[in-house]
Amino acid sequence: MNLFGRFLISSLLIGTWPTVYAADGQKIFAQGGQDPAAMACLGCHGADGKGVAAAGFPRLAGLPAGYLSKQLADFRSGSRQHAIMEPLAKAMSEEEIQAVSILLAGMPADPAPSVRRQQMSSDPAEKMALYGDWDRQIPGCVQCHGPGGGGVGEHFPPLAGQPASYLMAQLNAWRDGSRSNDPNQLMIGVAKSMTDAEVKALADYFANLVSQEVTR
Amino acid sequence: MKRLIPVLMVLGLGNAYAAKIAMQDQSQLKVPGSQAAPVFVAPAESELPDNAFGQMVRDGYALFVDTRRLMPEAVGNGMNCSNCHLDQGRMAHSAPLWGAYPMYPAYRKKNDKVNTFAERIQGCFQFSMNGKPPAADSAQMTALSVYSYWLANKAPIGVEAPGRGYPEVPQPAGGYDFKRGHQLYRTQCAICHGEQGEGQKIADDYVMPPLWGKDSYNWGAGMHRINTAASFIKHNMPLGKPGSLTDQQAWDVAAWINRHERPQDPRLVDGSIERTRLKFHANDGVNLYGHEINGVLIGKGVD
Repeated sequence: MNLFGRFLISSLLIGTWPTVYAADGQKIFAQGGQDPAAMACLGCHGADGKGVAAAGFPRLAGLPAGYLSKQLADFRSGSRQHAIMEPLAKAMSEEEIQAVSILLAGMPADPAPSVRRQQMSSDPAEKMALYGDWDRQIPGCVQCHGPGGGGVGEHFPPLAGQPASYLMAQLNAWRDGSRSNDPNQLMIGVAKSMTDAEVKALADYFANLVSQEVTR
Repeated sequence: MKRLIPVLMVLGLGNAYAAKIAMQDQSQLKVPGSQAAPVFVAPAESELPDNAFGQMVRDGYALFVDTRRLMPEAVGNGMNCSNCHLDQGRMAHSAPLWGAYPMYPAYRKKNDKVNTFAERIQGCFQFSMNGKPPAADSAQMTALSVYSYWLANKAPIGVEAPGRGYPEVPQPAGGYDFKRGHQLYRTQCAICHGEQGEGQKIADDYVMPPLWGKDSYNWGAGMHRINTAASFIKHNMPLGKPGSLTDQQAWDVAAWINRHERPQDPRLVDGSIERTRLKFHANDGVNLYGHEINGVLIGKGVD
């Protein structure tokens, strides 16, 4: 991001939070919050916020601010468990959570691959991703997470471009109960209906969707 | 609520007059109850032949799933066929195509004639998709019919198969309540369909369909009936959690959804809501068209 962009975002933040101490999203992202336990995002999630696939650290750039702030709040409450993120989120102030969520939401992300739901699919993972398996009441992933898994609104985050190991960890977290912060328990039932093999295949499918698009 | 009393009376008297006044239903066909377990199994996609017929099935499938994008001239709102027929027309109790195809041709009071299956689909385009139906002999209509025929492969002709349609959910003894319906809508439906029933879009395409307003089904669609919407909701919603609502909840939330304005009934008689109500809605299940709620006339339509 260039200087002008940074200036724009800080002006926005000052405009949004005029009465409280103006938490600087960019500073939190790059250097951490006031409490030293609130470590800088970029250490794990990358300088561009796009995550580190090899380590399974998810992309945050371009995710909806409402989704990000809810996750941080849920790490604090324990409805989403994670050894590193729980203490980190607890060390952040409400203002810091809001500021960094808005910053991350505004950071550029790769566009969602344009995969249409039109063709019958013979590949089991693609079939599950696009159309689901209604014998087990599993909707297609993209029916909520949007075309190409690009995300819909602030409740259905993008799947496309997230590291396979991250997606797999989340589906398994829904299954073992270490993640229970889904609105209306929409994910728990779906995840529990899937087999281990399906969890892995779907995670690979969405992790690789972007590059597949290019080679097609 | 006072204005609902006539509706309830009509319902109560429905049986007594059944012999004289045929219900202006979506269809004169009956829907087996949900207690009748579906037995029909539609053919697997892997069984589809790799020939001209197979290609036509695939074409129909594409139109069925991505209707609005592929047929912009025929779809006047934000809906796809697959919004009301889950699992691409395969799912039991979600008006599956394998349950519908073998029942046509059939007489329909709705247009007072014997309808072919193509004419039945045209009805979907006119009302549920608030659009202009493609010609019965168009390539698109052929593709949709061929897809339906294929799904119904080996189904007996003229047999009301268990699982067809949306099994009727009986109206609760206490009727329905808008306030409870609104509350339920906010907690269970709004996450996908939006607080104002507006659905959710990515770019120009709806991912979750709008439930009222200009881009939703019109006042002539079967879904505008509270009883039909309650049946659909009970057996299909929320997505992936069918049967999770009580009958009462399904009716309450269906009433809340269907008290909102949507595109006008294309059969509008002489520009008069009252005449249209008398001709097409008075004996058409439980609906609010032409009624007044809290001093507001329902059925004015939106463009």
